[in-house]
Amino acid sequence: MNAKNRYYPINSLPESAFQDGSILFSFDTFNTRYAWDCGVAIGEYLAGLREGKIIGSTCPKCHRTMVPPRLFCEWCYQPVHHFLPLLDTGTILTFSLCYVSWDVQRITEPEIPAVIAIDGASKNHGILHKIGEIEPEKVHIGMRVRALWKAPEDRTGDITDILYFKPE
Amino acid sequence: MNKDVAIVGVGWEGFHPTSVDYSYKELIYQAANKAYHDANVDPRKDIESFISVAEDFFEGTSIFDEYTPDQLGAVLKPMHTISGEALHGLISAYLMIRSGLFKIVAIEAHSKASNIKSITEVTRYALDPILQRPLNFHPDFVAGLEMQRFLHQSQCSISDCSMIVQKNRYNALSNPSAAYPMSLAETKLSEDDFLAYPLLESHIAKPVDGAIVIVLANGDVAKDISSQPIWIKGVGWCNDSYALEYRNWGELSYVQKAAKMAYSQSQITNPIEGIDFAEIDDSYAYREAMTLIALGFADNTTIRGLIREGAFYPDGKLPVNVSGGSLGVGYLFDASGAQKTVEAVLQLRGIAGARQLSQPSTAIVESWRGVPTTSSAVVILSNQRE
Repeated sequence: MNAKNRYYPINSLPESAFQDGSILFSFDTFNTRYAWDCGVAIGEYLAGLREGKIIGSTCPKCHRTMVPPRLFCEWCYQPVHHFLPLLDTGTILTFSLCYVSWDVQRITEPEIPAVIAIDGASKNHGILHKIGEIEPEKVHIGMRVRALWKAPEDRTGDITDILYFKPE
Repeated sequence: MNKDVAIVGVGWEGFHPTSVDYSYKELIYQAANKAYHDANVDPRKDIESFISVAEDFFEGTSIFDEYTPDQLGAVLKPMHTISGEALHGLISAYLMIRSGLFKIVAIEAHSKASNIKSITEVTRYALDPILQRPLNFHPDFVAGLEMQRFLHQSQCSISDCSMIVQKNRYNALSNPSAAYPMSLAETKLSEDDFLAYPLLESHIAKPVDGAIVIVLANGDVAKDISSQPIWIKGVGWCNDSYALEYRNWGELSYVQKAAKMAYSQSQITNPIEGIDFAEIDDSYAYREAMTLIALGFADNTTIRGLIREGAFYPDGKLPVNVSGGSLGVGYLFDASGAQKTVEAVLQLRGIAGARQLSQPSTAIVESWRGVPTTSSAVVILSNQRE
């Protein structure tokens, strides 16, 4: 590099260098498995989803209703034991249009993650989910949406028991 | 500047082989709530900074520190995570307070080992990917290599190491929080279940779940808020070479150096006289014996005799792992040092229940990050400020 040339020269390694053994390397895979305990609050939440309900919990001190529910209020640091069903409707707080899938494939129809403020929860308390049944360019902040549930016999107590939220 | 730092609160939840009732967040909340109550502090108002100790591969979540604030009361407050042992976290909190910038700091460590369905694979991944992993050994082979060399140098036998298992699991009978207590009559250990000769399967501490939170404060605050502050008199930490090929297998030089640092700060010149009891690494039974040598309580010529005469039982010359240690309580991975610290605090306060020692004043706590590491830390605690 000098004053005229501001970049280091780069010589890319050809794929053949790895295949013919002129470059030495070691390959390994990481075969780990985990099974996370849901605990009391998220256990209630998932059980609620299986029943077609969105469950929240309310702090006894600040009376904030949280969703997904928690066994403690992170602001007041109080234990929380009051769980209650909320509505399955809400308002989009923020969203994105994703043109690359989770496994890094280019897609033409975007996936639409959104944080949805759930009706019955405290202001701006929302869950992360997907938006569907709408032209991507029509999605907007403040849009009203409703959950589309899987058929009861297909629900497993999972966040995917809601297929997506669609315009109300 | 006030240089004194004390532990003013401890809380824990556990310890059990499984903990399906609580998520790790709820487990930590339970421990933190107890610690804050013990310290008489409100985390939202009084605690100025928080430290969590966590390793992503044990958690199964990348960049795990993002998941740590809420359950500690640390949202929108200074907080960071250390990928080390709980004693490293404790020492970091101690140094933060010694800096004069913080008066009250909390640390958290936990184990949700039951959620890791491939613990051996996580440990295997701590081996060097080019020089060691391709040889395809079970990772406990490292402990087998180390134990072999220790037995060779100390003239200890496999049975001597079994006596350590018996002692610690017997001690655990008096600890309601211990997961693996066993009476002496039951602990006639089979000596043919070798995992990596001479290491027996029964000499390896079994995992448990649990969470521990410890609150530290500077001297002035500590004496105001706590009737029983436990003073941190010295800290030390040290690592040897990472390379299995470059180690001095017969001794734990890094434990020795960490202890030397802590002894120097504590003005302890003879640990046999200056220390009343020890809570130290026993994740493998032989490690307790090796660590006792590194800490200066024995040498290669005396350790065998001391084990056989029961010197490390609660009524012996130096009670070691009165809590039951990792063999009796269960192995909490990087939270093990926190469990050992809690035991030292309870003993020094005189509230350890059925296992309470007679008027101890000074304790040594030591921890190790497990195979294949050479990562150790030491803390000296006392109920005497001066």
